Parts: sequence; C-alpha cells; structure tokens
Amino acid sequence: MSSPVARAAAGADAPQLTISNVSKHFGGVRAVTEVSVDVRRGELLSIIGPNGAGKTTVLNMVSGFFHPDSGTIHLGERDITQLAPSRIAELGVARTFQNIALFKGMTVLDNLMLGRHVRMRSGVFGSLIYWGLAQREEVKHRAQVEELIEFLKLQDLRKQPTGALAYGLQKRVELGRALALDPDILLLDEPMGGMNQEEKEDMARYVLDVNEERGTTVILIEHDMGVVMDISERVVVLDMGQKIAEGTPEEVKRNPDVIKAYLGQPHGTGANHA
Amino acid sequence: MSDTLNFFFLLIGNGVLIGLMYALIALGFVLVYKATDAINFAQGEFVMIAAIVVSAALQAYGAPLWLAILIGLGGMIAFGFGLERSVLRPLLGRPIVAVIMATIGLAAILRGVGPLAFGTGVRNLPLPISEDPIFLGPFFLTPVQLVGAGVSLLFLAAFGWFFMKSRQGIAMRAVANNQQVAMAMGIHVERYFALAWAMAGVVSALGGVIWGSMLGVDVQLALVGLKVFPVVILGGLDSIVGAIVGGLIVGIVENVAAGYIDPYVGGGTKDFAPYALMILALMIRPYGIFGKRTIERV
Repeated sequence: MSSPVARAAAGADAPQLTISNVSKHFGGVRAVTEVSVDVRRGELLSIIGPNGAGKTTVLNMVSGFFHPDSGTIHLGERDITQLAPSRIAELGVARTFQNIALFKGMTVLDNLMLGRHVRMRSGVFGSLIYWGLAQREEVKHRAQVEELIEFLKLQDLRKQPTGALAYGLQKRVELGRALALDPDILLLDEPMGGMNQEEKEDMARYVLDVNEERGTTVILIEHDMGVVMDISERVVVLDMGQKIAEGTPEEVKRNPDVIKAYLGQPHGTGANHA
Repeated sequence: MSDTLNFFFLLIGNGVLIGLMYALIALGFVLVYKATDAINFAQGEFVMIAAIVVSAALQAYGAPLWLAILIGLGGMIAFGFGLERSVLRPLLGRPIVAVIMATIGLAAILRGVGPLAFGTGVRNLPLPISEDPIFLGPFFLTPVQLVGAGVSLLFLAAFGWFFMKSRQGIAMRAVANNQQVAMAMGIHVERYFALAWAMAGVVSALGGVIWGSMLGVDVQLALVGLKVFPVVILGGLDSIVGAIVGGLIVGIVENVAAGYIDPYVGGGTKDFAPYALMILALMIRPYGIFGKRTIERV
C-alpha cells in the first residue's frame, strides 16, 4: 500500500493500467467491442462473464498476444498497445494461462528461474566473459526464487519435473513462475479452473496474499462466482464482447443486466448462451 | 587374438570415431530443431560452405590455420545470424513446410554459390596432424579421426552443459517447449532463434574443417549432411544425447556393413546401410531413441 502522499504525487487516482475502447474481431466474430477498464494500483479486479464473453481476449490484448483493432492500452503513461509480449513482460506485467502452460520436462526450480530470466542482466557472451558476475547474479536470483518456493510451499518439489505434479500443484507452480517476474500487475486466467474446493481455497488464499502482502495489482478471470465475490474489490462483467457492468461485488450481483446475462432473459427473446 | 576378431574391433573402433564426427554435424541440425522447430535440409551445405571458406582462406589468401579456422567460425556465425534474420524470421508462423522448402532452396543455392565464388576444383584442407596410424591393441586409428572425434566430444559436452545448466540454454529449451509462454516470461524468442542458427554455424564450421581435411573440399562434401538424417531419426530430432548415440550407431553400422558385406557385393553398402536402419527405426520408434514422443499424439 502506498502512502497517501505518494499517491497524491502520482496523481491521486491515476490508473495503473488503462484499457480504453479496445475492440478485437476475428473474421466476423466480434470477440471484444469497445471495452474500457481502468485498473487502480494495488487493487484486485475480477473480470467475469459467460463463456465466449471475451475475457481471455482482453487479457491477451493486455499481455500483447493480440493487438486490438482499435482502442489503446496504457501502462501508467506508457502506450503498450502495439508492444510485443516479451516487452510487456519486461515492463512488469506477468500472467498465467487458462490451460496449464508450464515447461514440461523441466523442474519446478527451472520453471521458476525462467520467471527470473527477465530480471537477469548478463547475456550469452557476457556470461562467458564475466563468469563470476553471472554466477553472483544467479545466486541472488536463486535466493529470491527460494523465497517464492517457501511462500507457495513448494519446498519438497524443487527438483520434480512439473509434468509429474498433481493438477493443483501445477497451477501453483505456474502462479509462482509469474510471480518470479516480480510483476507490478499479475494477470490470472482462471487460476482455479478445474480445481476441487480445497485447492480453490488454497489458491484464493495465495492470490489474496500476493495482492495484500506484496501489493501486486491482480486482474483475475474466474468462473467460480463464490471465489470472485469473496476476494475481489471490484468486478467487471463482460457479455458478448461488451462491458455490461462494473462495480463492487455487491453492486454487480444486483445488476439486472448481469442477472440476465447469466440466467438468460426471462421471456426467451434471444436467450444468451451462458 | 584371432584375425577375425581383430578385424571386427577395427571396424568398431573406426565406426565410433566416424560416428562421433557425424554426431557433431547432427548437433547442428538438432540445435536448430530443438529451438525453432525448423528442419534444416541444408546442414550438409553449411558444412561444405564452411570448409570452402576455411580452405580458401588457407590456400588462396595464405592465412595461418588458426586464423583460417577463426574466419570460418566467424563467417558461419554471421551466416547463421544473417540467415535467421533475412530468410527464417519472415517465415515465422508459416506452415513448417515453408521453412523446409526454404532450407532446401538454400541448400541448392549454397551448392551453386560455393564453387562459383571459390572454384570447382577439389581443395585440400591440410591439418598439422601426423598421417601415421596409431596402433592400440586391436585398434588401428588415424590421428585425424582421433582429433575429430575428440573435438566432437568436447563440443557435444559443451552444448549439453549449455542446455542443462546455463540460463540461456534453459531459456532456449523454454522457447522450444512453448514459444507463447516463453514470450510471456519476457524471453525474446527471436534472439534465441538467431542464437540457435549461429550455433549451428559454429558446429558446421568445426565439422567442415574436420570432414574437409579427411575427404577433401568440394561440392561433394555436402553429402556428409545426408548422413545427418539417419543419425537424428535414430537418436531423436531434439536430443543431444540422441545425436551422439545415433551418430555412433550410424558410424558403426556403416563400417561393419562395409567390412563384411562389401567384399561380396563389390562395395557401396556403407552408403545405404544407415538408411535401411533409419527406415526400420521409423517403423519401430518414429520419435527416435531419445526424442520427445509427441508424434504419437498427432
């Protein structure tokens, strides 16, 4: 949490991430239409909506995998709309993927160290020449990764190949790898998808800890309404590629448009596919 | 020890040395495939062009051997980087066939440009290594093969270390594993593609010097590259250990086949025995001995 003075200096309510009027069409499919979201520093914002609402597309545009057809995305003052994913990651935006996307065949430790990659300075030739320097850097980053391992309770799994881990643990390692980037903004695409209740609660706890203790801004896409309403400060609802509601969990829950989107229209005129 | 047994060991010994030298060239292929998923049909031509450059530097320009080898290495690194930037990067995201066709075209161009620029005659690439064979028990080894095998082993070990332990090597494996996710980790994927091609250039330069000194340098040298295919099919397209094992198998098989079958059929078995084995291997283990088993799931 930044002090009130620091906040004022940064412009009291200057959003950390500004998504303004972004649209993305794939052929004839309007995946996202004119969506705007302001994300405040340090908040935990959830994006919800029925399947195909465009949630992941928005996330993919923020992390640079898709570039919007129109509209802009700003990180602070900086326009990141057209930047490559690797550049956006360097600027402090880390993400996880809907389907587990760990580097299989590599150990938990290697996966987490890869998250540090972006923070390491020595290049190929540099590390050949300044061997000692590269080694020292490695040790420093290894220490930070150890902290993460402890935080996520992965101590016994360091040398395990990730492919052999249980599903919930793989999701946790993926969270760890994203955290290893030391991100200012963490994008989580269904971190609890496919988990049982206990695993969900664990994951929710970690996400809250990351947000509260590390002060990392979290943007969460999640299907489990219970979890979303429990941990989010603010919720954005997308339906058919458009933003239909935004507010606190309480406000969103009472919003008639949201209820309609999730339950379908009462009189069956053009029912939504939830 | 009986003569027949001696003859057998002789064939095996030479097969091992030749096999390690095949492994070195196959390593160039594996490095590129591992990092970029591209199948490089011009690997043999890389070796040829490197050998031509080194021998030209030696003979036409009178450079000392160490300088000629450095020129070959530097030239091939620059070639690898340049090739990635100018030909392969624009093909990113295109079907894999496009890349294959590009490398086949590249191979034809190199076979044409090499002699055009440096003449068609067979050149020597003399190394300051004694030509007297060394007798070691039943083995009968030529020094140049020993040096070649030694250099191969050294580089295979170095690249093995690079991929297992170094940060860049691990990042390169990550790129090979999943490009999208690697990007999300802030890894500049194109840089690693370029690095892989440059490494293939390094390996080709060394292979060019060794094979060129044994076989002489002309367009025919590119045929060495054809042996890469049985090697990598046997060992696995993406495995360094596989390149070594595949190389050893091909080296031994072709020597043993030549030793025992050639006297009856008048020669030539050396050239096709590895391919017969390759076809057999494709039927039994299409992903190679050490390769990833992804083929099964397609």
